[in-house]
Amino acid sequence: MARMRMNQAIAAAIADEMRENPDVVVFGEDVAVAEGPFKTSDGLLAEFGPLRVRDTPIAEMGFMGAAVGAAATGLRPVTEIMFVEFLGVALDQLVTEAAKFSYLSGGVVKVPMVMRASVGAGLGFGCQHSQVMESWMVGAPGLKIVMISGPHNAYGLTRAAIRDDNPVAVLEPRILYAVRGDVTTGPEGIIPLGQAATPVSGDDITLVGCGSTVRTALGAAGDAEGWTADVIDLQTLQPWDTEAVLDSVRRTGRLAVVEECPYSGGWGADIVSTVVAEAFGDLSAPPIRITAPDVHVPFGKELEQRYLPNPEYVAGQVGELLATGESPPHWWERDGALV
Amino acid sequence: MSSDVLARREAVRSDRTARYERMVEIRTLEDAVRGLFAEGLVHGTTHTCQGQEAVAVGVASALRPTDTVCCTYRGHGHAMALGMTPLQVCGEIMGRVVGSIGGVGGSMHLCDTSIGLLPTFAIVGAGVPVAAGAALTAQVRGTDDVAVSLFGDGAANIGAFHEGINLAAIWKLPAIFICENNQYGEYSPIATTTPIANIADRAGSYGIPGEVVDGQDVDAVNAAVEAAAARARAGDGPSLLEMKTYRYAGHSRSDTAPYRPEGEFDEWYERDPIATFGARLVAEGLLAESDVDAIAARISGEVDAAIDEVKAAASPGVASMFENILA
Repeated sequence: MARMRMNQAIAAAIADEMRENPDVVVFGEDVAVAEGPFKTSDGLLAEFGPLRVRDTPIAEMGFMGAAVGAAATGLRPVTEIMFVEFLGVALDQLVTEAAKFSYLSGGVVKVPMVMRASVGAGLGFGCQHSQVMESWMVGAPGLKIVMISGPHNAYGLTRAAIRDDNPVAVLEPRILYAVRGDVTTGPEGIIPLGQAATPVSGDDITLVGCGSTVRTALGAAGDAEGWTADVIDLQTLQPWDTEAVLDSVRRTGRLAVVEECPYSGGWGADIVSTVVAEAFGDLSAPPIRITAPDVHVPFGKELEQRYLPNPEYVAGQVGELLATGESPPHWWERDGALV
Repeated sequence: MSSDVLARREAVRSDRTARYERMVEIRTLEDAVRGLFAEGLVHGTTHTCQGQEAVAVGVASALRPTDTVCCTYRGHGHAMALGMTPLQVCGEIMGRVVGSIGGVGGSMHLCDTSIGLLPTFAIVGAGVPVAAGAALTAQVRGTDDVAVSLFGDGAANIGAFHEGINLAAIWKLPAIFICENNQYGEYSPIATTTPIANIADRAGSYGIPGEVVDGQDVDAVNAAVEAAAARARAGDGPSLLEMKTYRYAGHSRSDTAPYRPEGEFDEWYERDPIATFGARLVAEGLLAESDVDAIAARISGEVDAAIDEVKAAASPGVASMFENILA
């Protein structure tokens, strides 16, 4: 166990995998000499040298394609997309090439690559550097998607992603890079992909979060009066841990999914639809989604904070659900919200 | 299957007569695909390569099976030149279990890693940076393998071309970028989409060698790729080769190429790569005049037999769509 920031946990995970496996290589924009704009590759160039740790041109399509080719021929590249929005110009390589190579080779070609990307709002970066955009990837068979929620699972999920034989997208909430926490390092710290965690248990509702919203859900549950919650951190968004969510909802009878992204097309819709289909008879209230509105991430500090679901808002929505048994309106749908 | 494929590969590597025969085989199968469509036996589309056989065989003859090849959706010829059998290729075109990936890919998606062929790319330009990545593997592991990206003239104007070649150039990767300039990007003549006469000239902006090659001459293609491969294996970095060639058919099955200027096809057909190479082998005494017809007849029979075998083969079962989604 070690105390470290989330960015340090990520760098430690990559370093441990590089020590164990000479096929692991790292490349991306400013990841080598500068050690990553978010310091997530601290010390890697110094320890592993320029053959295995490389700066690339600002050319995401090029280096993402190179990751595909390197992975398909035996390396295990870890690439960094500095802001997930930059994935837009490289998406073909991830969802149309990497994710399909196994299928298009009769299972012969494996593409064990990791695409790490910083995601999310809260740092005042404006609407082109504040999205999560997991919806670009959810629904692309052949791809796994991981969202880390703090230093405690950054190490273990990153190591598991590098070890996985499939292309894995690891989404890292930018706002959490500097957060400190206790991290279990070494082989025992590796967290299997596809498994959710339940950091807090309760009786009245299941709160499902992923990435930054785990902290939001924990905050809501921690301050709650009159109710307790199971808080589930999905950790892997694709494939997500259906059993963990269903088992919890069957016990609590209620579900709220907390998402950072706009309501439309969000990952929570998959969670809710599966719960409705599989556990309808166990529900005592309609499942709800607590999300951002269908707008761009605003720039100003107050507006950005208003945009993001926060613990008070989550607690309020849950309280209303418990009190009325009906879906509460979103904040932006309420009278006077937009003045 | 694999030993058969490797033997076919070795044949074109070591024997010019085998190269001629392979070019004939490619032409024969491509011509037969048209008939298969008419019979209703092919679903979807195909992109055939009649007229470009010298590029396919010339490239394959200069590479080792351990080299990686990233090829486009116009890939039947390259796949066979690299060693894949007509059964594997036609099986995939017709979506039967005897196809190279069991019939789940179709004409645009061939793969056989025993001869270095990664899944062929149906996205224009996508294979360019992927080849750079395969070359990175060779560099990191210290092997002397090379990676080749085959792409059309149309791909020279997509971002992946620039990003992939630039990356290979700055990292001095053992890659060969081969533009198969067949004069048309889909339905558009190259001059309407590209402001320079030679795509090979773009090599200069990456600080790497660029060379225009007569893509209708299998010996010239072989020599150019041999030289670029030797350079790459020696650690001297990538090259850009432009093979000037011509697409006899339209872009895809439904395209009859009505946009072609009158006389253009005839002009290129006079320099047909198969006829030209056959005449050269006869002149050199490697083939007798009578061999030319005999080879055509024998290969026609072999391709017909392969097609019959495909016709008799099953289509993949429903379970196949659930297979190989994840490794």
